[in-house]
Amino acid sequence: MKDGTTPPESVFTTTLDKMVRWARAGSLWPLPFGTACCAIEFMSVVSSHYDLARFGAEVVRFSPRQSDMMIVAGTVVDKQAPILKLIYEQMCAPKWVISMGVCASSGGFYRAYHVMQGIDEIVPVDVYVPGCPPTPEGLIYSILKLQEKIERGEPSHWQIEAERETAQARKQQLVGV
Amino acid sequence: MAEFVAENLRRRFGDALERVSDEHGDLTVWVDRARVHEVLEHCKRDSELDFCFCMDVTAVDYLTLGGTPRFAVVYHLYSLKTGKRVRVKTGVPEDDPVVQTAVDVWKSTDWFEREVYDMFGIRFEGHPNMKRILCHRDFQGHPLRKDYPADLRWKLLRPDDLLDEISSDEMKRIRARSSYPISE
Repeated sequence: MKDGTTPPESVFTTTLDKMVRWARAGSLWPLPFGTACCAIEFMSVVSSHYDLARFGAEVVRFSPRQSDMMIVAGTVVDKQAPILKLIYEQMCAPKWVISMGVCASSGGFYRAYHVMQGIDEIVPVDVYVPGCPPTPEGLIYSILKLQEKIERGEPSHWQIEAERETAQARKQQLVGV
Repeated sequence: MAEFVAENLRRRFGDALERVSDEHGDLTVWVDRARVHEVLEHCKRDSELDFCFCMDVTAVDYLTLGGTPRFAVVYHLYSLKTGKRVRVKTGVPEDDPVVQTAVDVWKSTDWFEREVYDMFGIRFEGHPNMKRILCHRDFQGHPLRKDYPADLRWKLLRPDDLLDEISSDEMKRIRARSSYPISE
């Protein structure tokens, strides 16, 4: 305080759940799965001009063990599908996936024999970003959207799938008994 | 432009050359399939021609153009000494899609020929590692054939072996060290 007296104790009440959600939303650690030109656009998002650090998602890690938000930036071919799946499964939960650009979202203009028609064939996606490639603002907007979802407490698609699998396993157990 | 190349080949292989054309300075030589290896070897070893650089091996499917035989394998050669290029083509029938390998002439044709096999299903006899190079293990058919449906996909469930250039002993050691399963 200005007059040198000790301040009164500052207290605010909240729920632990809300607090955790706030912290999670502001400390996303991205894992770039960059396979094409979208990854170049991703680089500009994390470098000084667009500076993703302003939005609390700048700690880019190249190890799935240390990250919780995968950004799939680029075309994913069928030969790469099991690799993408493996890396996704190695990530720490709770985890989120952003599908950046039309190739990752729907195959884009590669309607062909070798390209996955959207990565949601094998991994659950939380936010899709349109564009070929999307503008840096587009990707930043998608991260803000994801943060909103996390703060609202919407379950990630990973969670939805995990719960469905648990329910199914339980059902099978009951039927087995 | 490339008259001396055509002359040289005519002199040496008169009867084996099916067709010689020189469109806009691009020399193309059609060769009988049985003698294509001989022609390629000559192109490289002959001191006058000296085609030291095989730039590409590819193939053409003439299905929709109604050609016989159905396929053609195409070799693009370049000479660093004379600065000349030549395109050697050979027809390959659908019922016996086999051509003798050129790996013993240019080592660089190893992966080119694997690509041609992958995309067109044309096999190269004597190739040291005749298997797919771009498409994955569970892929069926050859996608650049004109009768292949352009958007027909084949799913791969386990990671494909990306280390198939390595000898089997070395592969065994890598597999033993790896913490996740590498396919056989």
